[in-house]
Amino acid sequence: MEYNILIGGEAGQGIDTFANLVSKVLKRSGFYIFTNYDYMSRIRGGHNFIQIRFSDKPVFSLKSKFDIVFALNEETIILHRNNLKNNGIIFVDNEILKNDSSLYHLPLNEIAKNLKNSKVATTVGLGVLIKYFGLSDDLGKNVVNDEFPDSIREINITALSKGFDLIDKKFNLSTKNDENIILNANQAVALSAIAAGCKFYCGYPMTPSTGVLSYISSHSDEMNIFVEQVEDEVSALNMALGASYAGVRAMTGSSGGGFALMVEALSLAGMIEVPVVVIDVQRPAPATGFPTRTEQADLQFVIHAGHGEFTRMVIALKDVEDAFYQTARAFNIAEKYQIPVLLLSDQHLADSLKTVKPFDFDKIDIQRYISNEESITDEEYKRYKITPTGISPRILPGKIPGQIVLVDSDEHDEYGHITESADIRKSMVEKRLKKLEYLKDEIQEPLFIGKENPENLVIGWGSTYGAIKEAVENLVDEGISVGALIFGDIWPLPTQRLLELSKNAKKIIDIEQNATAQLESLIRQEALIKSTHKILKYDGRPFSIDEVYEKIKEVLS
Amino acid sequence: MKYEYKLYEPSWCPGCGNYMIRTALKQALEDLKLEPHEVVLVTGIGQGAKMPHYIKVNGFNGLHGRALPPAIGIKLANKNLKVIVESGDGDTYGEGGNHFIHAIRRNIDIAHFVHDNQIYGLTKGQASPTTAKGQKTTLQFDGVKLEPLNPLALALTMGAGFVARGFSGDIPHLVNLMKEAILYKGYALIDILQPCVVWNKVNTFAWYKERVYHLPEDYDYTNKEEAFKKAMEFGDKIPIGIIYKVEKETYEEKFDFIKNGPPLVDVDLNPKNAEKLIKEFV
Repeated sequence: MEYNILIGGEAGQGIDTFANLVSKVLKRSGFYIFTNYDYMSRIRGGHNFIQIRFSDKPVFSLKSKFDIVFALNEETIILHRNNLKNNGIIFVDNEILKNDSSLYHLPLNEIAKNLKNSKVATTVGLGVLIKYFGLSDDLGKNVVNDEFPDSIREINITALSKGFDLIDKKFNLSTKNDENIILNANQAVALSAIAAGCKFYCGYPMTPSTGVLSYISSHSDEMNIFVEQVEDEVSALNMALGASYAGVRAMTGSSGGGFALMVEALSLAGMIEVPVVVIDVQRPAPATGFPTRTEQADLQFVIHAGHGEFTRMVIALKDVEDAFYQTARAFNIAEKYQIPVLLLSDQHLADSLKTVKPFDFDKIDIQRYISNEESITDEEYKRYKITPTGISPRILPGKIPGQIVLVDSDEHDEYGHITESADIRKSMVEKRLKKLEYLKDEIQEPLFIGKENPENLVIGWGSTYGAIKEAVENLVDEGISVGALIFGDIWPLPTQRLLELSKNAKKIIDIEQNATAQLESLIRQEALIKSTHKILKYDGRPFSIDEVYEKIKEVLS
Repeated sequence: MKYEYKLYEPSWCPGCGNYMIRTALKQALEDLKLEPHEVVLVTGIGQGAKMPHYIKVNGFNGLHGRALPPAIGIKLANKNLKVIVESGDGDTYGEGGNHFIHAIRRNIDIAHFVHDNQIYGLTKGQASPTTAKGQKTTLQFDGVKLEPLNPLALALTMGAGFVARGFSGDIPHLVNLMKEAILYKGYALIDILQPCVVWNKVNTFAWYKERVYHLPEDYDYTNKEEAFKKAMEFGDKIPIGIIYKVEKETYEEKFDFIKNGPPLVDVDLNPKNAEKLIKEFV
């Protein structure tokens, strides 16, 4: 059993709230959900839509055909009716396209007007959907109770009940128990940062990364985390580095444009060897690009960002669950190797709601790698002591009387003092790069989906995971020899599984949400493997499962 | 513990004002009985910004123009550290102008000593934001065409609670200013006039010496109108001393968990504490 709903309307009509309520009701009814947001960079007007796919089995991405279109404006019908399934239904307000008998008209605005609050029209709509699918009225009321503040709770309960009365039950969906949680990857990243002991997060608002900043801010006092809205992203990473130098776990984030302003400080992080976690929630670029849309075109940028040569790690987040566990891992790696760890997300991942098993906080293991007085073997502490691994014992300023901690963006000696010595320069360059070799022991091989040793090997990374997974599984079900490697750790690039599987594969199909196959070129560089086919999408819209399925089929035919 | 000068030979030119500023800093820290491990000196890039290499103290020698952001991060992470920022006029008022403005707005408890020699020294003599209009430099060959930036007036306009001017040639006076700034609860700015013996042939030691005078004993530094007048006085006469000082709530005091809790660096970390946040997503 699986249904796909599209809710569309103008910005300001409340489709966000509507979709969040529908998603929550479906989740609490025990369904698996994937909710995707397609919105414009404006506050009022335009055309936005949200797709809610739900099933009694886990779902990982979006599909392009709908069972229900819930249209809050005429444009929604014009744009999406072609994607309605044959037996699909379009719900719409009485006043829109009155004479079109193929639509299911509802007095949404009339009811809202009678209740003297135009905004409750969507809550009436929620009632309609609950009744239509045969879900529990009480559960719907509970969700409305939980989600609205006191001042408008009662009126929304009334609106919901009016919605129940507008339609007959069409389905009687039975479900298992509700045991999941529902959230997006921005929230998962933020929650993980809090759990991992991040005590300092700063950033400048930039879509689609702002959700991380605002979520942590909403729990700042309760969880004792300092959250700072900075004057610019230049300040953001420098400030986070200051906080980390003083000894707290620190993080900052932005989208590509804001990350571009952090690049100088990223190089500083490499030079002074102060750990930090930075997230780039990608959106289509260059420059301002598509502020509210999705792309995976910063991969090569984040791998290479920063002047000079230094060790970093780059982790692409694959889905909501992965976002949670990888963010905490990033903090441990940053502190272990005293390097910047960069997380790559994107708008599609950041905004899409997904049901997941409640996170296991026991799996979050905080490892700080901070040294104490006994670790100082020299009379005077050497912040950049040369060691076999390139990692020097890290102490915190102010914690050990008589010892000082000096970090320097100039080339420096073991004490952190500015130097122009050729010998020291050489050993410091080698020290900073040696860490990369040890870091390689740490990296995780890409996730494999599908048939073992497939003839057709699909390669992808990050947020395309969901669409590729479901498409590949469908193809395997049809008896096709296909498997996919989805990269999470991007830099250093894990190559072992890739080298094994590429031996057997006749076709290697690279799927990316960018125009230049950035992962594929990295694979060519690191593993000397070329794809035979590329499926690249760069229109700012996420891949749907059907799209990936059909494109792979085209390649295979 | 005495503050040692590190064995490292300063790369400053003989006669540079930075030596005097270092002397004053060392004296101020010793007078205040601050141990080197309790203090962090945060600097940008420039000749004055090399200070952490020439005096034994915790140091964060970061990027050009970017001394203030890490200083803010350090203070918020560990409120027990005494955070002092030292950077030049180009560093602070040019490259770091935006950070300067917003640091004042925040009013975090840090002391900021700007080595203001009205020229770019380390890059060899180009105009800085405080170079006088008309002054010829190694880049502005027919003279600076921009109005100079007035750091004290700007700081007053932005609402700074401690605004002062010092002179590297008057060490006892500068020591007192530095001590006041370090003890001040909030963001404290001292614009320190210093000659650049190589690149600024206009604002020489003698030039400053002829012009600077101590603000009179009866000067009321809580009067903002008077402070503006003194901040604008930069010609035949240049006042040094505390131009403006009032008590203000610091940024960190506005956060209960910072004000009344342990320093963030000492907070116990336990992932399970965050588990309760899950309820929002049920």
